[in-house]
Amino acid sequence: MALLEIREMTHFFGGLRAVYNFNMKLEGGELLGLIGPNGAGKTTVFNLVCGFYRPTEGEVFFQGSRTDGLKPHEVTALGMARTFQNIRLWNSLTVFDNLCISQHHHLGYGLWDAVWRTGRYQENERRVRRTAEELLEVLGLSHYAMEYPKNLPYGFQRRVEIGRALSIRPSLLLLDEPAAGMNPAEIEELIELIRWIRKEFELTVWLIEHHMRVVMNVCEWIKVLDFGETIAEGPSEEVRKNPRVIQAYLGEEEPAYA
Amino acid sequence: MRRFTSLILYALLSLVIITAAQGRWVNPYILQIAMFVGINIILSTSLNLVNGYMGEFSVGHAGFMAVGAYITSVLNVWLFSSTKVFGPAVLSPSSAIYLFPVTLILGGIGAAVVGLLVAIPSFRTRGDYLAIITLAVNYIVKSSIENMQVIGGARGFMGMSGIVNAMQEVVNVPWVLIWVLTSVGVTVWLLHRFVNSTYGKGIVAIRDDEIAAEIMSVDTRRMKIVAFMLSSGLAGIAGGLFAHILGYINPGTFTIMKSTEALVMVYLGGMGSLSGAILSAVSLTLILEFFRPLQVAKWVVVPLLLILLMLFRPEGIMGHREFTDVFPALRRFFPSHGKEK
Repeated sequence: MALLEIREMTHFFGGLRAVYNFNMKLEGGELLGLIGPNGAGKTTVFNLVCGFYRPTEGEVFFQGSRTDGLKPHEVTALGMARTFQNIRLWNSLTVFDNLCISQHHHLGYGLWDAVWRTGRYQENERRVRRTAEELLEVLGLSHYAMEYPKNLPYGFQRRVEIGRALSIRPSLLLLDEPAAGMNPAEIEELIELIRWIRKEFELTVWLIEHHMRVVMNVCEWIKVLDFGETIAEGPSEEVRKNPRVIQAYLGEEEPAYA
Repeated sequence: MRRFTSLILYALLSLVIITAAQGRWVNPYILQIAMFVGINIILSTSLNLVNGYMGEFSVGHAGFMAVGAYITSVLNVWLFSSTKVFGPAVLSPSSAIYLFPVTLILGGIGAAVVGLLVAIPSFRTRGDYLAIITLAVNYIVKSSIENMQVIGGARGFMGMSGIVNAMQEVVNVPWVLIWVLTSVGVTVWLLHRFVNSTYGKGIVAIRDDEIAAEIMSVDTRRMKIVAFMLSSGLAGIAGGLFAHILGYINPGTFTIMKSTEALVMVYLGGMGSLSGAILSAVSLTLILEFFRPLQVAKWVVVPLLLILLMLFRPEGIMGHREFTDVFPALRRFFPSHGKEK
Protein backbone atom coordinates (compact mmCIF):
# COMPACT_ATOMS: atom_id res chain seq x y z
CA MET A 1 0.00 0.00 0.00
CA ALA A 2 1.37 3.33 -1.01
CA LEU A 3 1.49 6.05 1.62
CA LEU A 4 0.13 8.66 -0.72
CA GLU A 5 -1.22 8.20 -4.18
CA ILE A 6 -2.53 10.96 -6.38
CA ARG A 7 -4.27 10.01 -9.61
CA GLU A 8 -4.87 12.48 -12.41
CA MET A 9 -5.66 15.34 -10.07
CA THR A 10 -6.90 18.46 -11.84
CA HIS A 11 -8.13 21.65 -10.28
CA PHE A 12 -9.79 24.73 -11.71
CA PHE A 13 -10.30 28.11 -10.06
CA GLY A 14 -13.19 29.31 -12.19
CA GLY A 15 -11.72 29.26 -15.66
CA LEU A 16 -8.12 29.09 -14.50
CA ARG A 17 -6.50 25.70 -14.66
CA ALA A 18 -4.30 25.68 -11.57
CA VAL A 19 -3.28 22.04 -11.54
CA TYR A 20 -3.54 19.66 -14.46
CA ASN A 21 -3.24 15.89 -14.49
CA PHE A 22 -1.04 15.57 -11.42
CA ASN A 23 0.08 12.03 -10.67
CA MET A 24 2.23 10.87 -7.83
CA LYS A 25 2.96 7.88 -5.67
CA LEU A 26 4.88 7.93 -2.41
CA GLU A 27 5.76 4.56 -0.91
CA GLY A 28 6.95 6.00 2.39
CA GLY A 29 10.35 7.20 3.53
CA GLU A 30 11.09 9.42 0.55
CA LEU A 31 12.29 12.99 0.61
CA LEU A 32 10.57 14.62 -2.29
CA GLY A 33 10.84 18.14 -3.64
CA LEU A 34 8.24 20.06 -5.59
CA ILE A 35 9.62 23.05 -7.45
CA GLY A 36 8.47 25.43 -10.12
CA PRO A 37 8.28 29.13 -10.96
CA ASN A 38 5.94 31.45 -9.07
CA GLY A 39 2.30 30.67 -9.71
CA ALA A 40 3.03 27.19 -10.98
CA GLY A 41 0.44 25.68 -8.63
CA LYS A 42 2.73 24.16 -6.01
CA THR A 43 0.86 25.41 -2.95
CA THR A 44 -2.42 24.54 -4.66
CA VAL A 45 -1.20 20.95 -4.87
CA PHE A 46 -0.55 20.99 -1.12
CA ASN A 47 -3.94 22.53 -0.45
CA LEU A 48 -5.59 19.85 -2.54
CA VAL A 49 -3.71 17.03 -0.86
CA CYS A 50 -4.41 18.23 2.68
CA GLY A 51 -8.11 18.64 1.96
CA PHE A 52 -8.37 22.42 1.99
CA TYR A 53 -9.56 22.37 -1.63
CA ARG A 54 -11.45 19.55 -3.23
CA PRO A 55 -9.96 18.60 -6.60
CA THR A 56 -12.17 19.24 -9.62
CA GLU A 57 -11.13 15.88 -11.00
CA GLY A 58 -8.97 13.00 -9.90
CA GLU A 59 -8.44 11.03 -6.73
CA VAL A 60 -6.21 11.25 -3.69
CA PHE A 61 -5.47 8.23 -1.51
CA PHE A 62 -3.66 8.54 1.80
CA GLN A 63 -2.84 5.53 3.96
CA GLY A 64 -5.04 3.46 1.69
CA SER A 65 -8.21 5.51 2.13
CA ARG A 66 -9.60 8.05 -0.26
CA THR A 67 -9.14 11.53 1.14
CA ASP A 68 -10.36 13.95 -1.52
CA GLY A 69 -13.65 15.30 -0.18
CA LEU A 70 -12.67 14.84 3.46
CA LYS A 71 -12.32 17.91 5.66
CA PRO A 72 -8.77 19.06 6.41
CA HIS A 73 -8.89 18.01 10.06
CA GLU A 74 -10.01 14.54 9.04
CA VAL A 75 -7.07 14.21 6.67
CA THR A 76 -4.77 15.46 9.42
CA ALA A 77 -6.13 12.84 11.78
CA LEU A 78 -4.94 10.17 9.33
CA GLY A 79 -1.39 11.41 9.83
CA MET A 80 -0.67 14.23 7.40
CA ALA A 81 0.76 17.47 8.76
CA ARG A 82 1.92 20.60 7.01
CA THR A 83 3.50 23.97 7.49
CA PHE A 84 2.57 27.13 5.65
CA GLN A 85 4.39 29.42 3.26
CA ASN A 86 3.57 32.47 5.36
CA ILE A 87 3.88 31.22 8.94
CA ARG A 88 0.45 30.57 10.42
CA LEU A 89 1.01 30.06 14.10
CA TRP A 90 -1.62 30.99 16.69
CA ASN A 91 -0.06 34.16 17.93
CA SER A 92 -2.09 34.85 21.04
CA LEU A 93 -1.32 31.39 22.41
CA THR A 94 2.03 30.37 23.80
CA VAL A 95 4.43 28.18 21.84
CA PHE A 96 3.57 25.41 24.27
CA ASP A 97 -0.17 25.78 23.67
CA ASN A 98 0.42 25.84 19.94
CA LEU A 99 1.93 22.38 20.18
CA CYS A 100 -0.90 21.16 22.44
CA ILE A 101 -3.84 22.39 20.40
CA SER A 102 -2.51 20.75 17.25
CA GLN A 103 -3.16 17.44 19.00
CA HIS A 104 -6.87 18.26 19.07
CA HIS A 105 -7.78 15.30 16.85
CA HIS A 106 -6.59 12.78 19.42
CA LEU A 107 -7.41 14.63 22.60
CA GLY A 108 -9.70 11.78 23.61
CA TYR A 109 -12.03 13.86 25.77
CA GLY A 110 -14.85 16.35 25.30
CA LEU A 111 -16.65 19.24 26.92
CA TRP A 112 -17.99 17.12 29.75
CA ASP A 113 -14.55 15.84 30.76
CA ALA A 114 -13.03 19.30 30.44
CA VAL A 115 -15.61 20.81 32.78
CA TRP A 116 -15.48 18.08 35.40
CA ARG A 117 -11.75 17.43 35.01
CA THR A 118 -12.44 13.71 34.92
CA GLY A 119 -9.77 11.04 35.03
CA ARG A 120 -9.91 10.86 31.28
CA TYR A 121 -9.26 14.60 31.05
CA GLN A 122 -6.29 14.47 33.44
CA GLU A 123 -4.76 11.50 31.71
CA ASN A 124 -5.09 12.84 28.18
CA GLU A 125 -4.08 16.37 29.11
CA ARG A 126 -0.92 14.97 30.70
CA ARG A 127 -0.16 12.98 27.58
CA VAL A 128 -0.70 15.98 25.29
CA ARG A 129 1.49 18.16 27.48
CA ARG A 130 4.22 15.57 27.63
CA THR A 131 4.27 15.25 23.85
CA ALA A 132 4.55 19.01 23.49
CA GLU A 133 7.31 19.24 26.10
CA GLU A 134 9.32 16.47 24.50
CA LEU A 135 9.05 18.01 21.07
CA LEU A 136 10.10 21.43 22.33
CA GLU A 137 13.01 19.78 24.05
CA VAL A 138 14.34 17.96 20.98
CA LEU A 139 13.83 21.00 18.78
CA GLY A 140 15.76 23.17 21.23
CA LEU A 141 12.71 25.36 21.93
CA SER A 142 12.09 24.62 25.62
CA HIS A 143 13.40 28.03 26.45
CA TYR A 144 10.60 29.63 24.40
CA ALA A 145 7.76 27.40 25.64
CA MET A 146 5.91 30.24 27.40
CA GLU A 147 6.67 32.88 24.77
CA TYR A 148 4.21 34.05 22.15
CA PRO A 149 5.27 32.97 18.66
CA LYS A 150 5.18 36.50 17.25
CA ASN A 151 7.96 37.52 19.67
CA LEU A 152 10.32 34.86 18.36
CA PRO A 153 12.98 35.34 15.69
CA TYR A 154 11.84 34.28 12.25
CA GLY A 155 13.92 31.12 12.09
CA PHE A 156 12.50 29.98 15.41
CA GLN A 157 8.96 30.65 14.28
CA ARG A 158 9.57 28.26 11.38
CA ARG A 159 10.95 25.77 13.84
CA VAL A 160 7.87 26.09 16.06
CA GLU A 161 5.67 25.53 13.04
CA ILE A 162 7.58 22.37 12.19
CA GLY A 163 7.23 21.34 15.84
CA ARG A 164 3.50 21.94 15.67
CA ALA A 165 3.29 19.76 12.57
CA LEU A 166 5.30 17.03 14.30
CA SER A 167 3.01 17.07 17.34
CA ILE A 168 0.33 15.64 15.08
CA ARG A 169 2.55 12.55 14.86
CA PRO A 170 2.37 12.50 11.11
CA SER A 171 3.62 9.89 8.71
CA LEU A 172 3.75 12.47 5.93
CA LEU A 173 5.05 15.98 6.48
CA LEU A 174 4.38 18.68 3.92
CA LEU A 175 6.67 21.70 4.13
CA ASP A 176 5.65 24.74 2.13
CA GLU A 177 8.77 26.81 1.45
CA PRO A 178 10.38 26.21 4.82
CA ALA A 179 13.41 28.36 3.91
CA ALA A 180 11.46 31.42 2.76
CA GLY A 181 12.85 34.58 4.33
CA MET A 182 15.74 32.83 6.07
CA ASN A 183 19.35 33.95 6.07
CA PRO A 184 22.12 31.58 4.89
CA ALA A 185 23.01 30.46 8.42
CA GLU A 186 19.38 29.68 9.21
CA ILE A 187 19.10 27.78 5.93
CA GLU A 188 22.05 25.56 6.89
CA GLU A 189 20.37 24.81 10.20
CA LEU A 190 17.10 24.08 8.44
CA ILE A 191 18.74 21.58 6.09
CA GLU A 192 20.21 19.78 9.09
CA LEU A 193 16.86 19.89 10.85
CA ILE A 194 14.88 18.43 7.96
CA ARG A 195 17.34 15.57 7.53
CA TRP A 196 17.34 14.92 11.24
CA ILE A 197 13.57 14.92 11.79
CA ARG A 198 13.09 12.64 8.83
CA LYS A 199 15.44 10.08 10.39
CA GLU A 200 14.32 10.61 13.97
CA PHE A 201 10.56 10.49 13.33
CA GLU A 202 10.72 8.11 10.36
CA LEU A 203 8.80 10.47 8.18
CA THR A 204 8.13 10.96 4.57
CA VAL A 205 8.86 14.58 3.74
CA TRP A 206 7.49 16.44 0.77
CA LEU A 207 8.64 20.01 0.40
CA ILE A 208 8.08 23.01 -1.81
CA GLU A 209 11.12 25.19 -2.10
CA HIS A 210 12.66 27.96 -4.13
CA HIS A 211 16.12 27.87 -2.63
CA MET A 212 18.04 25.54 -4.92
CA ARG A 213 20.53 25.00 -2.13
CA VAL A 214 17.86 23.39 0.05
CA VAL A 215 16.30 21.43 -2.76
CA MET A 216 19.56 20.02 -4.12
CA ASN A 217 20.92 19.22 -0.66
CA VAL A 218 17.83 17.69 0.83
CA CYS A 219 15.65 16.14 -1.83
CA GLU A 220 16.31 12.81 -3.44
CA TRP A 221 13.63 13.12 -6.03
CA ILE A 222 12.25 16.27 -7.60
CA LYS A 223 9.06 17.08 -9.42
CA VAL A 224 8.83 20.29 -11.46
CA LEU A 225 5.56 22.11 -12.07
CA ASP A 226 4.90 24.87 -14.55
CA PHE A 227 1.44 26.32 -15.18
CA GLY A 228 -0.04 23.41 -13.24
CA GLU A 229 1.56 20.75 -15.37
CA THR A 230 4.38 18.41 -14.45
CA ILE A 231 7.19 19.24 -16.83
CA ALA A 232 9.96 17.13 -15.34
CA GLU A 233 10.57 14.54 -12.67
CA GLY A 234 13.58 12.60 -11.52
CA PRO A 235 16.64 12.54 -9.28
CA SER A 236 17.92 15.99 -8.29
CA GLU A 237 21.00 16.04 -10.55
CA GLU A 238 19.05 14.98 -13.59
CA VAL A 239 16.32 17.53 -13.14
CA ARG A 240 18.79 20.35 -12.71
CA LYS A 241 20.14 19.74 -16.20
CA ASN A 242 16.76 19.25 -17.85
CA PRO A 243 16.34 21.88 -20.59
CA ARG A 244 12.59 22.27 -19.99
CA VAL A 245 13.24 23.10 -16.36
CA ILE A 246 15.89 25.66 -17.24
CA GLN A 247 13.52 27.16 -19.76
CA ALA A 248 10.66 27.37 -17.23
CA TYR A 249 12.86 29.06 -14.68
CA LEU A 250 14.90 31.35 -16.92
CA GLY A 251 12.43 31.94 -19.71
CA GLU A 252 12.72 31.35 -23.40
CA GLU A 253 15.12 33.22 -25.57
CA GLU A 254 12.91 35.45 -27.62
CA PRO A 255 13.68 35.99 -31.25
CA ALA A 256 14.79 39.53 -31.97
CA TYR A 257 12.43 41.50 -34.15
CA ALA A 258 13.61 44.26 -36.30
CA MET B 1 -6.36 22.70 49.12
CA ARG B 2 -5.25 25.47 46.78
CA ARG B 3 -7.66 24.10 44.19
CA PHE B 4 -10.62 25.03 46.34
CA THR B 5 -9.66 28.56 47.39
CA SER B 6 -11.89 30.25 44.82
CA LEU B 7 -14.76 27.90 45.53
CA ILE B 8 -14.59 28.48 49.30
CA LEU B 9 -14.26 32.25 48.91
CA TYR B 10 -17.22 32.37 46.56
CA ALA B 11 -19.32 30.18 48.86
CA LEU B 12 -18.51 32.48 51.78
CA LEU B 13 -19.34 35.60 49.81
CA SER B 14 -22.64 34.06 48.68
CA LEU B 15 -23.47 33.08 52.23
CA VAL B 16 -22.83 36.62 53.47
CA ILE B 17 -25.05 38.07 50.74
CA ILE B 18 -27.84 35.57 51.39
CA THR B 19 -27.68 36.14 55.15
CA ALA B 20 -27.79 39.88 54.62
CA ALA B 21 -30.86 39.47 52.44
CA GLN B 22 -32.51 37.03 54.80
CA GLY B 23 -31.97 39.23 57.83
CA ARG B 24 -33.22 42.28 55.88
CA TRP B 25 -30.01 44.13 56.67
CA VAL B 26 -29.93 45.63 53.21
CA ASN B 27 -32.83 47.27 51.47
CA PRO B 28 -34.51 45.54 48.52
CA TYR B 29 -33.16 48.12 46.10
CA ILE B 30 -29.54 47.20 46.85
CA LEU B 31 -30.46 43.55 46.70
CA GLN B 32 -31.98 43.97 43.27
CA ILE B 33 -28.83 45.69 42.04
CA ALA B 34 -26.79 42.80 43.42
CA MET B 35 -28.93 40.39 41.44
CA PHE B 36 -28.54 42.46 38.27
CA VAL B 37 -24.79 42.40 38.83
CA GLY B 38 -25.04 38.60 38.84
CA ILE B 39 -27.13 38.54 35.65
CA ASN B 40 -24.67 40.85 33.95
CA ILE B 41 -21.72 38.68 34.99
CA ILE B 42 -23.38 35.70 33.31
CA LEU B 43 -24.16 37.74 30.21
CA SER B 44 -20.72 39.27 29.82
CA THR B 45 -18.71 36.12 30.54
CA SER B 46 -20.83 34.05 28.18
CA LEU B 47 -20.67 36.66 25.43
CA ASN B 48 -16.93 36.85 25.99
CA LEU B 49 -16.68 33.21 24.97
CA VAL B 50 -17.85 34.09 21.46
CA ASN B 51 -16.60 37.66 21.08
CA GLY B 52 -13.44 37.45 23.12
CA TYR B 53 -12.16 33.90 22.91
CA MET B 54 -13.51 32.89 19.53
CA GLY B 55 -13.14 36.32 17.93
CA GLU B 56 -16.56 36.48 16.33
CA PHE B 57 -18.71 39.55 16.72
CA SER B 58 -22.08 38.58 18.13
CA VAL B 59 -24.43 41.51 18.60
CA GLY B 60 -27.55 39.51 19.39
CA HIS B 61 -26.93 38.18 22.86
CA ALA B 62 -30.21 39.61 24.18
CA GLY B 63 -32.09 37.40 21.71
CA PHE B 64 -30.87 34.26 23.47
CA MET B 65 -31.62 35.86 26.79
CA ALA B 66 -35.19 36.43 25.63
CA VAL B 67 -35.60 32.79 24.60
CA GLY B 68 -34.46 31.60 28.02
CA ALA B 69 -36.56 34.18 29.84
CA TYR B 70 -39.74 33.25 27.99
CA ILE B 71 -39.27 29.48 28.11
CA THR B 72 -38.59 29.46 31.85
CA SER B 73 -41.35 31.92 32.67
CA VAL B 74 -44.00 30.27 30.51
CA LEU B 75 -43.12 26.83 31.84
CA ASN B 76 -43.26 28.02 35.44
CA VAL B 77 -46.52 29.90 35.07
CA TRP B 78 -48.12 27.02 33.15
CA LEU B 79 -46.97 24.40 35.66
CA PHE B 80 -47.32 26.15 38.98
CA SER B 81 -50.04 28.77 38.82
CA SER B 82 -53.60 29.13 37.64
CA THR B 83 -54.10 31.66 34.90
CA LYS B 84 -56.81 32.47 32.39
CA VAL B 85 -54.65 31.50 29.43
CA PHE B 86 -53.12 28.26 30.65
CA GLY B 87 -55.89 27.12 32.96
CA PRO B 88 -55.33 25.66 36.43
CA ALA B 89 -51.86 24.77 37.68
CA VAL B 90 -50.59 21.47 36.32
CA LEU B 91 -48.52 20.70 39.40
CA SER B 92 -48.88 21.90 42.94
CA PRO B 93 -47.40 25.39 43.33
CA SER B 94 -45.24 24.19 46.19
CA SER B 95 -43.30 21.87 43.88
CA ALA B 96 -41.87 24.96 42.16
CA ILE B 97 -39.20 24.94 44.80
CA TYR B 98 -37.70 21.75 43.35
CA LEU B 99 -38.53 22.29 39.72
CA PHE B 100 -37.35 25.88 39.37
CA PRO B 101 -33.76 24.86 38.52
CA VAL B 102 -35.16 22.36 36.02
CA THR B 103 -37.19 24.96 34.14
CA LEU B 104 -34.22 27.31 34.34
CA ILE B 105 -32.00 24.73 32.65
CA LEU B 106 -34.73 23.98 30.09
CA GLY B 107 -34.74 27.68 29.24
CA GLY B 108 -30.98 27.48 28.79
CA ILE B 109 -31.31 24.45 26.54
CA GLY B 110 -33.95 26.23 24.45
CA ALA B 111 -31.66 29.24 24.05
CA ALA B 112 -28.77 26.95 23.12
CA VAL B 113 -30.89 25.40 20.37
CA VAL B 114 -31.70 28.87 19.03
CA GLY B 115 -27.94 29.47 19.20
CA LEU B 116 -27.65 26.95 16.39
CA LEU B 117 -29.27 29.58 14.16
CA VAL B 118 -26.01 31.46 14.47
CA ALA B 119 -23.66 28.50 14.79
CA ILE B 120 -24.62 26.92 11.49
CA PRO B 121 -24.18 30.06 9.33
CA SER B 122 -20.85 30.59 11.10
CA PHE B 123 -19.40 27.59 9.21
CA ARG B 124 -19.30 29.65 6.05
CA THR B 125 -19.41 33.25 7.22
CA ARG B 126 -17.47 35.20 9.74
CA GLY B 127 -16.65 38.72 10.89
CA ASP B 128 -19.01 41.51 9.87
CA TYR B 129 -21.31 39.19 7.94
CA LEU B 130 -21.82 36.89 10.89
CA ALA B 131 -22.45 39.96 13.07
CA ILE B 132 -25.36 40.84 10.78
CA ILE B 133 -26.71 37.31 11.14
CA THR B 134 -26.60 37.57 14.95
CA LEU B 135 -28.43 40.88 14.70
CA ALA B 136 -31.05 39.23 12.50
CA VAL B 137 -31.48 36.38 14.98
CA ASN B 138 -32.03 38.91 17.75
CA TYR B 139 -34.80 40.54 15.70
CA ILE B 140 -36.32 37.21 14.70
CA VAL B 141 -36.62 36.21 18.34
CA LYS B 142 -38.05 39.54 19.41
CA SER B 143 -40.59 39.72 16.57
CA SER B 144 -41.63 36.10 17.02
CA ILE B 145 -42.42 36.74 20.67
CA GLU B 146 -44.25 39.95 19.79
CA ASN B 147 -46.49 37.97 17.47
CA MET B 148 -47.29 35.15 19.87
CA GLN B 149 -50.49 36.33 21.48
CA VAL B 150 -50.67 33.29 23.79
CA ILE B 151 -47.69 34.51 25.76
CA GLY B 152 -48.77 38.13 25.74
CA GLY B 153 -47.21 39.34 22.50
CA ALA B 154 -45.89 42.88 22.67
CA ARG B 155 -47.72 43.49 25.94
CA GLY B 156 -45.36 41.19 27.75
CA PHE B 157 -45.73 38.28 30.10
CA MET B 158 -46.19 38.26 33.84
CA GLY B 159 -47.00 36.02 36.77
CA MET B 160 -43.47 35.08 37.76
CA SER B 161 -43.71 36.85 41.10
CA GLY B 162 -46.45 34.36 42.00
CA ILE B 163 -43.96 31.54 41.43
CA VAL B 164 -41.34 33.26 43.58
CA ASN B 165 -43.92 33.75 46.33
CA ALA B 166 -44.97 30.11 46.08
CA MET B 167 -41.35 29.08 46.57
CA GLN B 168 -40.95 31.39 49.51
CA GLU B 169 -44.11 30.08 51.11
CA VAL B 170 -42.53 26.63 51.39
CA VAL B 171 -39.15 27.77 52.69
CA ASN B 172 -38.82 31.45 53.36
CA VAL B 173 -35.42 32.31 51.93
CA PRO B 174 -34.59 34.64 48.98
CA TRP B 175 -34.78 31.93 46.30
CA VAL B 176 -34.12 34.06 43.27
CA LEU B 177 -31.00 35.50 44.86
CA ILE B 178 -29.78 32.01 45.72
CA TRP B 179 -30.28 30.83 42.17
CA VAL B 180 -28.59 33.93 40.75
CA LEU B 181 -25.55 33.32 42.95
CA THR B 182 -25.49 29.63 42.05
CA SER B 183 -25.80 30.32 38.34
CA VAL B 184 -23.01 32.90 38.43
CA GLY B 185 -20.77 30.42 40.20
CA VAL B 186 -21.58 27.61 37.79
CA THR B 187 -21.13 29.86 34.74
CA VAL B 188 -17.75 31.18 35.75
CA TRP B 189 -16.54 27.76 36.84
CA LEU B 190 -17.72 26.13 33.63
CA LEU B 191 -16.23 28.78 31.35
CA HIS B 192 -12.98 28.88 33.31
CA ARG B 193 -12.47 25.16 32.95
CA PHE B 194 -13.54 25.17 29.32
CA VAL B 195 -11.19 27.91 28.12
CA ASN B 196 -8.28 26.55 30.13
CA SER B 197 -8.44 23.07 28.67
CA THR B 198 -6.62 22.18 25.48
CA TYR B 199 -10.05 21.28 24.12
CA GLY B 200 -11.43 24.76 24.78
CA LYS B 201 -8.31 26.52 23.55
CA GLY B 202 -9.27 25.16 20.15
CA ILE B 203 -11.66 28.12 19.86
CA VAL B 204 -8.81 30.55 20.54
CA ALA B 205 -6.93 28.86 17.70
CA ILE B 206 -9.97 29.56 15.51
CA ARG B 207 -9.76 33.24 16.44
CA ASP B 208 -6.07 33.48 15.68
CA ASP B 209 -6.11 31.61 12.40
CA GLU B 210 -9.12 29.63 11.37
CA ILE B 211 -7.47 28.05 8.32
CA ALA B 212 -4.49 26.88 10.33
CA ALA B 213 -6.86 25.56 13.01
CA GLU B 214 -8.87 23.57 10.48
CA ILE B 215 -5.76 22.16 8.80
CA MET B 216 -3.92 21.49 12.04
CA SER B 217 -6.54 19.10 13.40
CA VAL B 218 -9.17 21.29 15.10
CA ASP B 219 -12.70 20.31 14.12
CA THR B 220 -13.73 23.93 13.65
CA ARG B 221 -17.40 23.18 12.98
CA ARG B 222 -17.81 21.21 16.16
CA MET B 223 -15.94 23.79 18.22
CA LYS B 224 -18.11 26.58 16.80
CA ILE B 225 -21.27 24.68 17.68
CA VAL B 226 -19.98 24.06 21.19
CA ALA B 227 -18.98 27.70 21.70
CA PHE B 228 -22.18 29.24 20.32
CA MET B 229 -24.47 26.81 22.12
CA LEU B 230 -22.64 27.20 25.41
CA SER B 231 -22.69 30.97 25.12
CA SER B 232 -26.34 31.26 24.14
CA GLY B 233 -27.41 28.61 26.64
CA LEU B 234 -25.86 30.56 29.50
CA ALA B 235 -27.51 33.73 28.21
CA GLY B 236 -30.80 31.83 28.31
CA ILE B 237 -30.27 30.99 31.97
CA ALA B 238 -29.48 34.63 32.67
CA GLY B 239 -32.75 35.50 30.92
CA GLY B 240 -34.74 33.06 33.06
CA LEU B 241 -33.34 34.58 36.24
CA PHE B 242 -33.87 38.11 34.94
CA ALA B 243 -37.55 37.35 34.35
CA HIS B 244 -37.96 36.13 37.93
CA ILE B 245 -36.24 39.15 39.43
CA LEU B 246 -38.54 41.57 37.65
CA GLY B 247 -41.64 39.39 37.66
CA TYR B 248 -42.54 40.85 34.28
CA ILE B 249 -40.92 40.69 30.86
CA ASN B 250 -41.75 42.09 27.47
CA PRO B 251 -40.05 41.66 24.11
CA GLY B 252 -39.00 45.31 24.13
CA THR B 253 -36.51 44.55 26.90
CA PHE B 254 -34.50 42.22 24.69
CA THR B 255 -33.58 44.51 21.83
CA ILE B 256 -30.20 45.43 20.46
CA MET B 257 -29.88 47.93 23.32
CA LYS B 258 -29.67 45.07 25.77
CA SER B 259 -27.21 43.23 23.51
CA THR B 260 -25.11 46.36 23.32
CA GLU B 261 -24.96 46.58 27.09
CA ALA B 262 -23.47 43.07 27.18
CA LEU B 263 -21.08 44.01 24.38
CA VAL B 264 -19.90 47.08 26.24
CA MET B 265 -19.17 44.95 29.27
CA VAL B 266 -17.08 42.54 27.23
CA TYR B 267 -15.03 45.28 25.60
CA LEU B 268 -14.70 47.28 28.80
CA GLY B 269 -13.35 44.29 30.69
CA GLY B 270 -11.10 43.05 27.99
CA MET B 271 -11.62 40.45 25.34
CA GLY B 272 -10.62 36.93 26.19
CA SER B 273 -10.42 37.59 29.92
CA LEU B 274 -12.85 36.01 32.35
CA SER B 275 -11.83 38.14 35.31
CA GLY B 276 -12.07 41.22 33.08
CA ALA B 277 -15.63 40.34 32.08
CA ILE B 278 -16.60 39.89 35.72
CA LEU B 279 -14.90 43.10 36.78
CA SER B 280 -16.58 45.13 34.06
CA ALA B 281 -20.00 43.57 34.67
CA VAL B 282 -19.78 44.59 38.31
CA SER B 283 -18.40 48.06 37.69
CA LEU B 284 -20.64 48.96 34.75
CA THR B 285 -23.80 47.89 36.58
CA LEU B 286 -22.76 49.98 39.58
CA ILE B 287 -21.75 52.96 37.42
CA LEU B 288 -25.09 52.88 35.63
CA GLU B 289 -26.90 52.85 38.97
CA PHE B 290 -24.65 55.54 40.35
CA PHE B 291 -25.45 57.81 37.40
CA ARG B 292 -29.19 57.22 37.71
CA PRO B 293 -29.78 60.75 39.12
CA LEU B 294 -28.37 62.13 35.87
CA GLN B 295 -31.38 60.56 34.10
CA VAL B 296 -31.11 60.91 30.34
CA ALA B 297 -27.67 62.49 30.63
CA LYS B 298 -26.52 59.07 31.82
CA TRP B 299 -26.59 57.93 28.21
CA VAL B 300 -24.20 60.71 27.35
CA VAL B 301 -21.80 60.15 30.21
CA VAL B 302 -21.51 56.39 29.92
CA PRO B 303 -20.82 56.29 26.16
CA LEU B 304 -18.31 59.06 26.76
CA LEU B 305 -16.51 56.80 29.20
CA LEU B 306 -16.43 54.21 26.46
CA ILE B 307 -14.91 56.62 23.97
CA LEU B 308 -12.21 57.49 26.47
CA LEU B 309 -11.59 53.81 27.12
CA MET B 310 -11.24 53.02 23.43
CA LEU B 311 -8.84 55.95 23.00
CA PHE B 312 -6.57 55.22 25.92
CA ARG B 313 -6.96 51.52 26.52
CA PRO B 314 -8.50 49.86 23.47
CA GLU B 315 -7.74 46.34 24.73
CA GLY B 316 -10.06 46.84 27.72
CA ILE B 317 -9.20 46.87 31.40
CA MET B 318 -7.66 43.41 31.44
CA GLY B 319 -7.10 42.70 27.74
CA HIS B 320 -6.41 38.97 27.24
CA ARG B 321 -5.01 38.70 30.76
CA GLU B 322 -6.45 37.33 33.97
CA PHE B 323 -6.07 38.64 37.49
CA THR B 324 -3.39 36.07 38.18
CA ASP B 325 -1.34 37.47 35.27
CA VAL B 326 -1.57 41.01 36.57
CA PHE B 327 -0.87 40.04 40.17
CA PRO B 328 1.33 36.94 39.99
CA ALA B 329 1.46 36.84 43.80
CA LEU B 330 -2.18 35.66 43.71
CA ARG B 331 -1.02 32.40 42.15
CA ARG B 332 -0.02 31.23 45.58
CA PHE B 333 -3.71 31.07 46.41
CA PHE B 334 -5.34 30.49 43.05
CA PRO B 335 -3.82 27.98 40.69
CA SER B 336 -3.84 29.37 37.16
CA HIS B 337 -4.26 26.26 35.18
CA GLY B 338 -2.41 26.12 31.91
CA LYS B 339 -0.10 29.04 32.58
CA GLU B 340 2.44 26.88 34.31
CA LYS B 341 4.07 23.99 32.61
